[in-house]
Formats: sequence, C-alpha cells, structure tokens
Amino acid sequence: MNMDSLTQSNGEWLRASGPEADIVISSRIRLARNLSSFPFTNRATTHQKAEIEQSLKARVEKLDFDPRLEYVNLAAASPLDRQVLVERQLVSRELANSEGPRGVAVAANEIISIMINEEDHIRMQVIRSGFALDDAWQDADRLDDKLEEKVPYAFSEELGYLTACPTNVGTGLRASVMLHLPALVLSKQIEKVFRALQKINLAVRGLYGEGSRASGDFYQISNQVTLGKSETQIINEIRDVIPQIIAYERQARETLTRDNRPQVLDRVKRAFGTLQNAAMMTSEETMDLLSSVRLGVNLHLIDDIDIHGVNELFIHTQPAHLQKLMGKELDSDERNSERARFLRNRLRELDGLN
Amino acid sequence: MKCQTCDETATVHMTEIVNGKKREKHYCQDCARKQQLLKQQDLNLTAILQSVIGQNVGEATKELAQLTCPTCGIKYMEFKAAGRCGCPDDYVAFREPLMPLLERIHRGRRHVGKIPVHALQHAAAQTVLLDLRQQLRNAVEREAYEDAARLRDLIRQKEHADEHG
Repeated sequence: MNMDSLTQSNGEWLRASGPEADIVISSRIRLARNLSSFPFTNRATTHQKAEIEQSLKARVEKLDFDPRLEYVNLAAASPLDRQVLVERQLVSRELANSEGPRGVAVAANEIISIMINEEDHIRMQVIRSGFALDDAWQDADRLDDKLEEKVPYAFSEELGYLTACPTNVGTGLRASVMLHLPALVLSKQIEKVFRALQKINLAVRGLYGEGSRASGDFYQISNQVTLGKSETQIINEIRDVIPQIIAYERQARETLTRDNRPQVLDRVKRAFGTLQNAAMMTSEETMDLLSSVRLGVNLHLIDDIDIHGVNELFIHTQPAHLQKLMGKELDSDERNSERARFLRNRLRELDGLN
Repeated sequence: MKCQTCDETATVHMTEIVNGKKREKHYCQDCARKQQLLKQQDLNLTAILQSVIGQNVGEATKELAQLTCPTCGIKYMEFKAAGRCGCPDDYVAFREPLMPLLERIHRGRRHVGKIPVHALQHAAAQTVLLDLRQQLRNAVEREAYEDAARLRDLIRQKEHADEHG
C-alpha cells in the first residue's frame, strides 16, 4: 500500500457523499472474530501471534472478494505511517500502539479494513460515507461469510462469537454512526441527547473512539449490547434513533439562524478568518474552527469553500497527515506553524476554485 | 437489587454491625466509591474485598480465586483484573461467574444472531488444536524439546487433516 498517495486523498469516511451527509459523516460496522484454535491475542505468545498473522494474511490475500484487499505489516511500518492509518480510521489506536506481529488489510477505496491481532484476532470494519448502515452491514456480512469459509471461528451456540472481552461476545458487532452536531453543542442541548441515548443503552464517543473527547463536534453513536439480539435488531435500533438526532440538529440549526443569525455569522466568519490568518495552530483549535466553518457552509453563511474542501482540511491537518504532506517529521511547535501555513495556503487555493 | 442512594443496580453489599445492631447496605459501584467503600481497594485488595462484600459472597470469592481455565491457564482473578479472557474455553471454565456478568452487560444470555456454518463443522477438531497448542507452549517453557517437537508435528498433522478433511 502506498502510504504517500493514501495521504493525499480524503478516504471514504470524509467523502461527504451519501444520505444526510451534511450531518452524518459516516456509518460503520465492525465485527470481532477469533480463531478457535489459538488463545486470544493478549494471552498469545509472540510466536503464536506470528502464526495467526501469517495464516490470516494468507487467507485475506487469497479471498475471492471485490474490492481487493492490500496487506500492511504494522510491526514493520513506521510510527508515522501507523498514525496515518489511525487518523484515517482504518486502524485502531490500540492496534497501532501495541507490540508484536500485527497488521491490517485495507481495500484501496478504504471502505474495508481487516485488523489482525487487535484485542481479537480479527476485527473487520466496513465504513460508508453518510447514513448507510445497511449497506455497510451487507458488505461486512458478505466479507465475514467469505472469510469464514476458510477460517474456523471461535463460536459457541449459546454465546455466539467468542471474544477476548465479554462486552463483545454474541454477535461481536459494533454498529456506529458518526455525526457532526455543532448546533446542538452551541445551543447546549447535546447533554440532553446523550442522556436520552444512554437510557436506551447506546454509547456516545468522540471522533477517535473510546476515551477521546468530542473534538470538532463529531460524535460517534454505537450499540453496547452484543448478546441476545440479532445483528439486524442491533442495527435497526441505531438506525431508528439517528433520524431523530438529525431532526434535533436541523431544528437547532434553524433556530440559530432565525434567532441568532448575527452571532452565528460572526462565529463562522471569525473561525474562517482565524484559519486564513493565524501563524500557529494546534490540531485541537483547527478542529474546533473547522467545525464552525463546516456549519457555516451547511447554513450557506459562507461560500468561499465547499464541504468537500472542509472535510479534506479536517484530515490533512491531523498530526501524522500534516507530517506526511510536508515530507518530514516535525516536533509539536513546528507542526503548529506548518499547520497554520498549510491552512493559509490551502484556503487561498480553495477560495480561488470557487 | 437497586442501589439505596440512586437507581443503578447495586453491586456492593455490606453488613454493618453497630452496637450489636445489624444493618445491611447496598450500593452501586459509583455510590460505593463516594462512600469511600471501594477506594481502599488499592491498599489491600483481597482483605478489603472480603470485608466489603457480604459474608456469603466472601465464601464464593475464595472459590473464584482458585478458578483457573484448564486450557490456557488464566486464573479467574486475572480475567477479572484485566477484563479480558485468555482463550475461547474461558467461557466454559468461568461460566458460573461469567453468566451474571454477561446478563448485566447485555441484558441477554443467549446468542440469536449469525451462525458460522464452517466453524460448527470443525468445532471439535479446533478444540483439540487449542489444547495441543497450550501443551506445546508448556513443553517449550519447561524446555522439554522432544515433547515440543512431537506436539508440533501432531498440530501440523491435525491442521492439515482439518483443512483437507
């Protein structure tokens, strides 16, 4: 896999297409699977992990599946390349930072990735732009069937797919939808939404998964229950609640532009102005400012840039992407000035295009 | 049972005896921590656990402390501390304490989703392999290389039979 050309593109999850793409960034299905004849990753020796990797890599490469998957040996990859894959949501932070034989098979269009020797031997994910959980599930189900023809999974009739952590046992399925909810944050209604979701057993997390705070007003909503419900039931429960959240966000956006138009316009313009002029910029501040700009574009308050352009800036200003694009490793101060310079230049270019 | 200060499920139960009067208290994890019942765990985990958790549960804890998966050798207490199982067989070995945990997490106790056809056909052979791999690991650890070589050949043979059988 050519990491340099990968870095140039937006990837699937920021493609900004698909249903409700102004609010729903992406839909994701993740399946956890394990080989029945090996201990789980945390208990496997380095030698066993190498065996697991070798056998799964061979299976994945021989898989009769479209799109074709390309294998990246993560133990041999540079820390920067691993970080790029994390920022693109193709590899979990845990897998990138762990040790020993491990890898990921990625489809060129980045819709599919199969992590090997994560917490479970196999973590496959399908990610789709916009609100498209059913499409993602169909792909994941098909991929799982194909892999299962050759790989004996750890499975019990009573408890389903056996996973290292009991919170994943059963279907091993995590369905999640990533939403951009700036108006609910601005109008301080987001807490209310969280509480409602928690009551129906859904989890809310920030952009980069467990433990990360919601930077850029991106929120991931996912199921917690994996045992006692079928895959379709789990997906339906999430799919049914998302339109309500979308409606709340739209309502909040409407109220903002009706009752607080000058304030919102000021916020959006200031954010855009800062991005165009600042000399130092942390990735945290960039995310927050871009979030306001993204809201401004969706509300037609600014037309200097389109959604695709904003999404591209979200990914390209992430620390590892920035260093890849600059072609060198940078310390944190250097990154902050390079990031600011990159944003100034890119916004000028994008403005010229519109 | 619900926590006596909030609506969460109570997981910490204690019996307090003050001036010969017995009083039972039930808290969820969070409230117990607020009451500083759990905070001292860091100091002496086993001792505090025994005193905080009710007496009958205390007995069970002793039994649980000895529970070990025969396949991968992980102790139930190791699983509890890390929250991760060691191998698929743990779900059998730790079934008794695991089922209430699964019910609490999932509010369900039976899989109703997809069934992998291939896995079921090969389940028996795979269990044998899992066991052989642990034996191999033990043999290597005690430097019994002749045993290890024999086990390795056996594993290869079984893998081959399973793939082509």
